[in-house]
Amino acid sequence: MTTPLLEVADLGVAFTRKGEPDSVAVDGVSFDVQPGEIVGLVGESGCGKSVTSLAIMRLLPERGVRVTGSVRMEGTDLMTLSDSAMREKRGRDLSMVFQDPLSSLNPVIEIGLQVTEVLRRHRGLKKDAARREAAELLERVGIPDPRRRLDSYPHQLSGGMRQRVMIAIALACRPRLLIADEPTTALDVTIQAQILELLKELVADSGTALVMITHDLGVVAGLCDRVNVLYGGRIVERSERHRLFGTPRHPYTYGLLGSIPRLDAPPGEDLAAIRGSVNDNLPWAHACAFAPRCPRALERCSEVSPPPELAGGRFLRCHNPVPAEA
Amino acid sequence: MPENSTETGRENLLEVEDLAVHFPITRGVVLNKTVGYVYAVDGVSLTIRRGETYGLVGESGCGKSTLGRAILRLTDLTRGSVRFDGDDVAGLKGEALRTARRRFQMVFQDPMSSLDPRQSVESLLTEGLKAHGLSKGPEADHARLRELVDAVGLPAGSLRRYPHEFSGGQRQRIGIARALCVEPDLIVADEPVSALDVSVQAQVLNLLSRLQRELGLTYLVIAHDLAVVRHVSDRVGVMYLGGIVEEAPATELYTDPQHPYTRALLSAVPVPDPDLEDHRERILLTGDLPSPAAPPPGCRFHTRCPWRQPERCDTDRPQLRQLEGAADGHRVACHHAEAIRDGRIARHTVEPQTFQIDSFPGDAPPEHAGSVNEILGM
Repeated sequence: MTTPLLEVADLGVAFTRKGEPDSVAVDGVSFDVQPGEIVGLVGESGCGKSVTSLAIMRLLPERGVRVTGSVRMEGTDLMTLSDSAMREKRGRDLSMVFQDPLSSLNPVIEIGLQVTEVLRRHRGLKKDAARREAAELLERVGIPDPRRRLDSYPHQLSGGMRQRVMIAIALACRPRLLIADEPTTALDVTIQAQILELLKELVADSGTALVMITHDLGVVAGLCDRVNVLYGGRIVERSERHRLFGTPRHPYTYGLLGSIPRLDAPPGEDLAAIRGSVNDNLPWAHACAFAPRCPRALERCSEVSPPPELAGGRFLRCHNPVPAEA
Repeated sequence: MPENSTETGRENLLEVEDLAVHFPITRGVVLNKTVGYVYAVDGVSLTIRRGETYGLVGESGCGKSTLGRAILRLTDLTRGSVRFDGDDVAGLKGEALRTARRRFQMVFQDPMSSLDPRQSVESLLTEGLKAHGLSKGPEADHARLRELVDAVGLPAGSLRRYPHEFSGGQRQRIGIARALCVEPDLIVADEPVSALDVSVQAQVLNLLSRLQRELGLTYLVIAHDLAVVRHVSDRVGVMYLGGIVEEAPATELYTDPQHPYTRALLSAVPVPDPDLEDHRERILLTGDLPSPAAPPPGCRFHTRCPWRQPERCDTDRPQLRQLEGAADGHRVACHHAEAIRDGRIARHTVEPQTFQIDSFPGDAPPEHAGSVNEILGM
């Protein structure tokens, strides 16, 4: 195996408040990303997927947050870098695309300036060269009439076009790692299909590795090489995508797949819903968080935290997994 | 069937004919001159049979929410008729409309903003009973509400609690209980599960179908998620820019999509199956939805259609019709549907057209707009 591009080891994020117990958002999350690989982080709201990505980018506020563990990118621990060194890395070596492009683009500055800003800062291009490059970038992400678009403001573009601009900015310095946090959730499905196709192409062309954060298992199925399923701040299952969707072993993964209405299934049948909600979660410290909602829960599940196990290329955290030949 | 159309129950609970909702775009402060219209819904006809679920699916800005609101008379109609169980609803006013509303209720997308945060669940539910004269005294009402809360799967103590004490899925259950307490015949559910997590989504969808079986309800489900709509519906209508472009039984829509837009929509929905995802044919649409304030002439989809032909597409607006050999009740609004189905015309690439999105001149959003997109004019 080659050396990983990104290595997240035992990452923990806790939000602290005076006089109250810490609330743990991410707990002992470890995964790695190979160069050029597409890795998925999947889970429902509150599972810690976005906090994980913000911790990797060091975008969490310093006060009131305790981050533990290490994030190594090509050998450098991002957690110990100085603020200015991290600023240099951000945008150049690793960058990020957010869910809502309207709130991440500056509404009073033209698109062109927002794209050239990155080029001038990180690649030291002069004004005219940066503008030419910006137009090329917009063309690459499929924006029609890019030269004219440089002078547009974000509100003059549709949601899909704005997300393309975000991707253009993120890829302006040809980073080796792109983190996309729910990049298509705010978009319509036909636009989502366009953006996913675009991401796939760009990643294949430039060799950029992609960490895809989403709640949509369908998006992951067609895009990612490996998938991490998060629940309550921990990774409960990780596997290569064909294996994960073919034979899900963790009852949560299994339940999630059963909960999704599928286009190719006979309609009218009841869905195999997961009972309860994340409010029922037990603390991971001395139990399996999923136990109260789990149809396969044993007595042990609410008493002992399941240890991580690695078997046959699959990472699993469960006392009583779904049999492999289910 | 003649047996069904007796006095007590017609086969068609809801008949909508040529319904249109146009929001005026006004300019000026004092005079408010109308400078144009947003054609949110433009000529939709549909019928919903008693006891069935009709699904409306489409992307944002296609007018599906406005259509739902217009059927419930939450938005004024520009044109067209709505007949509910044989009675014309479109012409009702004042007290007559208020009493008629008992029989058609709505479940909204965001349960947090549709439930008064300062009312307990009991008070929320009693309000409907009292408004429609269904109250039978505090004791009997309380017993009835306890039953109702139990039927939608909420814990027994819920009645004394307030909306913020519940999770998103539970709040949606309260929203459903609120709609149910006046014993309606038709429930219009606008994006009932899109604010919920997948695992909770399934619980609410199962609840809706159980209630339908037990209470004989009729549903109009409006959603952007084709998989959800197809799962719950008996029949599905696909909307694009204010009109229905295809209507079919739920299974047919997947096995035999006839409209180019339906095909593109189907191929764009991600399926949680890697083997399928690797090999399925994708029809990627280019460009964005044109503005409903200036819909393209002819077929509204022709600007993005990969099967567009030089004749008729940009001049004639196609009407819904049944193709030869298609299943009963499967209708499509496309001039070239047969040729596309038989593979006689091939797909071609479409140059994306840009649509400059300007907010409304004078910045006046339409009154009672159904969604943000209408306000932005997208």
